[in-house]
Amino acid sequence: MLYRTAGQFKTSYAADHALFPVRQDAWLLGVIMVLAWVVFPLAASDFTFQALLIPVLIYSLAALGLNILTGYAGQLSLGTGAFMGVGAYACYKIMTIFPGLNLAVAIGLSGFFSAAVGVAFGLPSLRIKGFYLAIATLAAQFFLVWLFEKWSWLYNDSASGAIQVPNLSMFGLGVAGPTATSITQYYFVLAVVSLVTIAAINITRGRIGRMWKAVRDMDIAAELVGINLMKAKLSAFAVSSYIVGVAGALFVFLWRGAAEPNLFDIPLSFRVLFIAIIGGLGSVLGNYLGAILIVALPVILNIVPEALGIPVSSSVVEHLNVMTIGGLIIMFLIVEPHGLARFWAMIREKMIIWPFPH
Amino acid sequence: MSAHHDAHHDIALARNDGLKPGDVLLDIRNVSLAFGGVKAITDVSFDIRKGEIRAIIGPNGAGKTSMLNVINGFYTPQEGVIVFRGRERRAMKPHDAVAQGIARTFQNVALFKGMSTLDNIMAGRSVFMKESLFWQMLWRGRALKEEIAHREKVEEIIDFLEIQHIRRTPVGRLPYGLQKRVELGRALAMEPSLLLLDEPMAGMNLEEKEDMSRFIIDVNRQRGTTIALIEHDMGVVMDLSDRVVVLDYGKKIADDVPEKVKANKQVIDAYLGVAH
Repeated sequence: MLYRTAGQFKTSYAADHALFPVRQDAWLLGVIMVLAWVVFPLAASDFTFQALLIPVLIYSLAALGLNILTGYAGQLSLGTGAFMGVGAYACYKIMTIFPGLNLAVAIGLSGFFSAAVGVAFGLPSLRIKGFYLAIATLAAQFFLVWLFEKWSWLYNDSASGAIQVPNLSMFGLGVAGPTATSITQYYFVLAVVSLVTIAAINITRGRIGRMWKAVRDMDIAAELVGINLMKAKLSAFAVSSYIVGVAGALFVFLWRGAAEPNLFDIPLSFRVLFIAIIGGLGSVLGNYLGAILIVALPVILNIVPEALGIPVSSSVVEHLNVMTIGGLIIMFLIVEPHGLARFWAMIREKMIIWPFPH
Repeated sequence: MSAHHDAHHDIALARNDGLKPGDVLLDIRNVSLAFGGVKAITDVSFDIRKGEIRAIIGPNGAGKTSMLNVINGFYTPQEGVIVFRGRERRAMKPHDAVAQGIARTFQNVALFKGMSTLDNIMAGRSVFMKESLFWQMLWRGRALKEEIAHREKVEEIIDFLEIQHIRRTPVGRLPYGLQKRVELGRALAMEPSLLLLDEPMAGMNLEEKEDMSRFIIDVNRQRGTTIALIEHDMGVVMDLSDRVVVLDYGKKIADDVPEKVKANKQVIDAYLGVAH
């Protein structure tokens, strides 16, 4: 009943191109923004920040990057974890070489390194597609993780082979390293994720987004309407890897605090891919829904039995988690290949026409 | 109705190529195309003049679609030359053909199924849109201005083809007849000087065929777009086209105005079969 579009007339194409042609959507987003910027930070405990809020945001961002490549441009990638690693190591090296640099700038720059690496490994997409391309990106995954391990310059020749985030501050507030508080880290991540999301929405609904979707839906026809396939595919790899790289830098600097090469191994790639698939390929919103589900699930499985007084060992929780995620993925592939985002779209459509069935 | 037509009259959609109606727009000279040992087209020559509707007909497997694929650069012929707007060309990429003003539709609809009607037609304007990633990201200023300018052009096409009601529908959900219309819209969005239509009426009922014929005539007369079409419905071909070229087994067997082609002995034999 609240969801009525009646009376909302557009009188210009600019109004029709607005982000929220339906007023209620803007209100809904406003509520979510208030929750994210005011309510959660006030209410959350340290545990909530570290176990739920920050990882949800970072995983959403990584999934958004992958979604641009796979969901919008139709190029399957299994190397997301490694591209996140490129972003993280690039940020680490930038901060080592220029210790006084603002962390936000360093993270923004590190995305360009992963974008370059992404384009390089995206070159095979000009010749091959589908599973064969997935295998090519898998090669990137193995090669890069091997490189993170063997190229000691990347981790400043430290004996452990790991990178350790130093104490870094911005405007007098600790944002990274052991002394940083969760709430500043949360705001930092939230700001970056919000900006990148706005940019991603704008790109995907304009000329470049149409180009990507055309290549995804039918590459031959795309070429015959004058779309240069090489530009379309490589730009998708560049933008996607940039976002994934930024997510990787946030992942290490604002959340984990330290990283070993195997952190970026294939399980991370799959985790991000699952978020994108469960959330919905070809949607921006889906990444958030998917990340909430994937990140929150183990936490809920941990907390709920405990709260109910049922003794469950942590290994059981681990198994339950894996089983549930596996089951969910199979369910989504069968029931709704477009994921959670499509569920929301359907609910929204129903609400608009309620109480009529169509 | 007349206001509707006038509105389209002043859209100078056809590119200014310095040619007058009746001048040769595309000249195909002794073109041969083979796939390995299979000869698809053998030594075919004909021309397409500016402003006309040119039909290419022939029985199944006569090489009609291959001919269109040669014209728009999808196939490169082994022999012969193609002169487009007075310039000779041999090997080219399909997106170069688009940039030169050749657009086409397909026998089996080749739309972007996951995208809306609006986005499909907007995609047809990709060649004209230039704004960089930076402006796209901001969705302000130049990028938005460009988007709206092209949206206006696209809306003119949507009005012209009477598909306003399906603007937001993903084309995968549309019935076949409407998909064909959207595909025509996407080709028109490219503002072609030569429009290639591969069986625009295949699988349509009578009413849909009438609509499509009307659109083809309107495109030709109001926008001055030169059209080359492949079609199996002889009634449609004879009514619409100015000149007809007939292919059979990859060879040209007739090239004339519809009345003469209809009476041509070789053409009748090719269509009905002849006892040897």
